[in-house]
Amino acid sequence: MSTGSPAALVEPAVAARRRDRRWPPRLPLAVVVVLLLGAAFAPWLAPRSPVEGSLGERLAAPMWMDGSRPGHPLGTDRHGRDTLSRLLYGARISIAVSVVGITLTGTFGVFVGLLAGFLGGWVDTLLMRLVDISLSLPGILIAVLLSVVFEPSFTNVIIVVVFLLWPSYARLARGETLGIKQQDFVALARVAGCGSATIMVRHVLPNLAPSILVLATLHVGYVIVLEAALSFLGVGIPPPTPSWGVMVADGRGLIEQAWWVSILPGIAILVTVLSLNILGDWVRDRLDPKLRQV
Amino acid sequence: MQRYLVGRLLQSLVSMFVVSLVVFALVRLSGDPIQIMASPESSQADIAAMRAYLGLDRPWPIQYWTFISRAVQGDFGKSVRFRRPAMELIAERYGATLELGGLAVLIVIAVALPVGVYAAVRRGTALDYTARAFAALGQAVPPFWLGLLLVLVFGVLLHLLPTSGRGTPLHVILPGITLGWFAVAGLMRLTRSAMLDTLGSEYVKLARIKGLPERTVIWKHAFKNAALPVVTFAALLFVALLNGSIIVETVFGWPGLGLLVIEAVDSRDYPIVQAVVMCLSAMYIGVNLLVDVLYAYLNPKIRYSS
Repeated sequence: MSTGSPAALVEPAVAARRRDRRWPPRLPLAVVVVLLLGAAFAPWLAPRSPVEGSLGERLAAPMWMDGSRPGHPLGTDRHGRDTLSRLLYGARISIAVSVVGITLTGTFGVFVGLLAGFLGGWVDTLLMRLVDISLSLPGILIAVLLSVVFEPSFTNVIIVVVFLLWPSYARLARGETLGIKQQDFVALARVAGCGSATIMVRHVLPNLAPSILVLATLHVGYVIVLEAALSFLGVGIPPPTPSWGVMVADGRGLIEQAWWVSILPGIAILVTVLSLNILGDWVRDRLDPKLRQV
Repeated sequence: MQRYLVGRLLQSLVSMFVVSLVVFALVRLSGDPIQIMASPESSQADIAAMRAYLGLDRPWPIQYWTFISRAVQGDFGKSVRFRRPAMELIAERYGATLELGGLAVLIVIAVALPVGVYAAVRRGTALDYTARAFAALGQAVPPFWLGLLLVLVFGVLLHLLPTSGRGTPLHVILPGITLGWFAVAGLMRLTRSAMLDTLGSEYVKLARIKGLPERTVIWKHAFKNAALPVVTFAALLFVALLNGSIIVETVFGWPGLGLLVIEAVDSRDYPIVQAVVMCLSAMYIGVNLLVDVLYAYLNPKIRYSS
């Protein structure tokens, strides 16, 4: 930066970046669209049943390798179940867990944060202490505990997701509420005779939406990995449901004879989560650049 | 500062209380332990006697008190599967977890800090892009799958490293890398962005103008000031390693606490699960406390605010 004013050097780069960010990155978007379509139309797209195998077709290799069988483009597992079909149905699990989990977490966390930020005083102190405590508990151990007491299930996974993520929504909602509360339209609503509940729901809540949405987008990939990890450990979605984590676990002992059983679902997780993270970053930059952390 | 410390300590105690309450309540919720233990032909009188013997006929608060006072003394009862005290098994296994965690911490520090620092210094170069791609990948790769991939490549295809169990120093390499991987990505990103902040500051410019050698500027002036957010990451690092160790130990059959608890889940071995969850939670809460105190000590804003 020896010649020219710094602004002249910086501006073209900034402008170029802005131009780049008007549209979402194409490849990740395509991946997510394919995933959504695959999950939605799984019953029509999947060549076989995701849970019933045929014992005669155990451990068939993917079609580009020796030992493949017709009708199983990505091979089969040790029960003769078709990998492609299981992957397609597995996408439904990942999507269901992230949509249900994040919706519940967001609703609960925002409710708590809104109350704490708007009411202040002892309500604020009490709720934020709860957030601190919740953050200091180890989530994966709670999952282990839940699965010993109740059988592993979809509900357990959702409980763990809510448990792990609600503090970040509560903190974000509280911080934003504190700022919004100071603004004139809130005071005017008060003058117009609105009660606290009305102001919170009608006037503060809609203004929280952008940042909450950004946080939710950034969490989708995390939740998918979390579900897969819990299912892999046997404390999440129980087999034979074709969760991607369950599929990786199924192939664990087969890594020497049939690597595809666990490596392929892992690639599905990796590609999906990477794409979702890139899209999440994009949404954040578009909607709420100030959320950009590390 | 003192008020902050006392408050923070109290909070940790409350957290521990909540954990113990959750552990206690969930196990009681899971059904009547007598039904599991008693044989089908035992009489009503036998069951009542057993209930009284185990203290299960007493009110819940008293049962909780018994549970917690024994837990504090390290008594969680006997493992159903091994027929030995749960604490004894934990004592046997925690060394393996520490060994694995220690190696992972070494890997994380040795890789993440230098790469993060130099990615910031040489911003926009190939090194920077590689580091950032690696970080993005690191956060998307599920650790359990990475473990299997390493087993496939280094164990099955190349026959270079052992892939299961614990014995020779070679056994710890693959689990250590798997465990460290995720944390490397996070710490590297954090170091890079903290370094970018300090590298743009006036005092770094001054250090350069003074003609100090580049290495001194980077490490003594820029990195020292970038280290504060990195310290906070220590808590997150510990979380990642704790969660990760359960997964990694399962993948590699590493005989530590994580494998112990997952095996206990399979065999419904309540005393073990209770004991491991309580011990690991105590460690987790303790380290969080330590990091907050250290952070308060390093950061005058917190030290003087209360």
